[in-house]
This record gives sequence, C-alpha cells and structure tokens, in this order.
Amino acid sequence: MVGEAQVWEALEEIPDPEIPVVSLVDLGVIRSVDVANGHVRIEFTPTFLGCPALEVMKRAMEEKVTELGAEPEVEVISDDSWSTDRITPAGREKLRAAGFAPPAPREASAPKLVQLQANVFRCPYCGSTETHLENIFGPTPCRSLRYCESCRQPFEQFKTI
Amino acid sequence: MNEQALLGIADDELIVGWRDSEWTGIAPMLEEDVAFSSIAQNEIGHARAVYSLLSEDVDALAFDRKPEEYRCAPLVELHLLEWAHTISRRWLYEVADEIRITALKDDSDPAVAGLAAKIDREEAYHRMHAEMWHDRLRDEPRFQAAVEELWPYALGVLPSELRGELVSRVGLDEVEAIERGTHTDELVPLWEEMTIVRRSAPAGAQW
Repeated sequence: MVGEAQVWEALEEIPDPEIPVVSLVDLGVIRSVDVANGHVRIEFTPTFLGCPALEVMKRAMEEKVTELGAEPEVEVISDDSWSTDRITPAGREKLRAAGFAPPAPREASAPKLVQLQANVFRCPYCGSTETHLENIFGPTPCRSLRYCESCRQPFEQFKTI
Repeated sequence: MNEQALLGIADDELIVGWRDSEWTGIAPMLEEDVAFSSIAQNEIGHARAVYSLLSEDVDALAFDRKPEEYRCAPLVELHLLEWAHTISRRWLYEVADEIRITALKDDSDPAVAGLAAKIDREEAYHRMHAEMWHDRLRDEPRFQAAVEELWPYALGVLPSELRGELVSRVGLDEVEAIERGTHTDELVPLWEEMTIVRRSAPAGAQW
C-alpha cells in the first residue's frame, strides 16, 4: 500500500519543466497529498495562471502516482494560496546557484515599480546589491531581468507573487 | 457575481491577450516584445481560469461561440498597430481592470474571490508596465490624443457603478460609453484567425 511519504518522495523527483534545477516540491506548488485505499489526491497550485507548463506538471504527477501502483487525482487550485514565499529554503538556494535570484518576501500589498527599481536585489553571481531593473518581464511570466553593475552580468530575478 | 458578468471579464482577458500577442516579434524594441508576449500569456491564462469557473470545457467556451456571442468590451477588440494607441489601451485597460478585480476580491463566492486575489497578484506587474509608459508619455500630445480617442471605449469595460472611479483615476470627463454587448467590425477577423485551428480540427488538433 502506498503511503503519503512515498508520494512526496516521488514528487520530489519531478523537475519544474522550465527551471529544471528545482523540483515541484522545492517550488512549494503541491499544497497537499491525501492517500486513501490506493487513491492519491494531490492539490496543486499553479505559479502563474498562464503557465504553459501546467498540463505537463499535472501529467508528470499523475504518471509518478501511477508508477507507485496507485490511482491519481490531481486537482488544480486557482486561488491565492501559492506565493513565492512557499518556495522552500533548499529551493531558493538551488535557484540562486543556477543564476536565478530568489524572490523577495511577499508583502500585504502588491509590489510597486519603485521597489523593483530600487537596488536592493542581490546578484546571484557576486552577491552585490548594485543591480538595476532591465525589464519587468523575462523569458517566462515568473521572471524579471536585472543587470549587476558590480560583476556586469545580466541575471533573472524571480518575481514576488 | 453573475455568470454573464464573469463571462465578460474572461472574454476581455482572452481578446486583449490575443491583441497584445500581435506584438510578439514586431514590437518596436526587444524589451517590449518580451513584455507584450508575457502580458498576453498571463491575460489568456486569466481567461482560462475564469472560464473554468463557468464550464468544464474551457476550450469550447473560448472558441466554439459565434462572434456575436462574445461578451467582451469593444475596447479590447480594436486592432491597434500604432504604439501610442497600443500603450493607451494597455494603460486604460489596466486601470479599469484593477478597479473591477479589486471589487471581485470581495465577491460572496469564495471561488471567485480567491481567483480574483490570484489574478490581482499577477496584474500588479502589468500595472507597473502600464504606469511606466504612462509616466513617460503622459505629456506627449500623440499619447493624449490616443487616450481621448479610446476613452469612450474604456468606460465600456466597467459596469456603470464602477465608472466613477475610472473617471477620477484617468482625469477625463465622463462621456457616453461604447458599451459591452455591441461589437466593432474588428472582432470578426480576429475571431476567424483565433478559432481557425479549432474549426478545422473540431476533434482536437495533433502536432
């Protein structure tokens, strides 16, 4: 009989399709796992609603559960319960090591342009905060582009959600 | 919130996302190419999420209706291939959208309110983009003329009870709105292109 711990372990093996250095568990997008009578129910919260990797992630989770010999049910929860604050400390460190600056903590109100334009964001390569915003948008909805004045490297900053 | 009103919001997001995506590859600068593509992707994602509150078959709702059955506001239908107008629409749409999303966060249906809160977090970045351009262009006559031209359309995005706030935020006098429920001539060509895959392969396209 499959147990919850086994399911979590299996889910840890699923990489994010767009940032494969982190797993779905590192990203904190799996809200809950419930196991009953060979049936595994997973509640999953998307990062961005328009994320094209949603279906891929859902299928990957279903396949993992099926491999464990259980019947999967993945429910996508489209509310505000996922925030970048849910990325685990291990996940943040993996992001940083791969050149993605981890997100700033979420505040009660949405971030403002003036905050993004401030040079408080740390370069993932050299650690300097002498960085500036190049573009609010980047290669995927969850990332912005910044430039480090200190080591003269462009880098990607995870948006706070 | 009633279903027709939700459908209107979802249709706005789908169609404005489609129009924004028309800049992919041809925006006047690379940063804007990236920005418009990302914004379009988010808006269409919001449409999908709102449609899913209304139906199990999201694609059917998005693509199987006749053009006259869409509930989008005429503002989002306009085919604007000129930068001052494009940025004017982005700014006006985001101001109006913020007002209605804020109201929706207090909806009595927790599924609607929860989704509105999620959408609001993402829209914050669209607003920053619009605000950045507005700060840069607000004193330019070409931009001001475009805002005035689109103003009656922008009013039509919101139900009448929310228009007062839009009037005070934009700073123009209230005029007769170009209302939701009417369509411009520009919707049909958009619809034909948007639904062509769906119509030519109703059982589902394979790649």
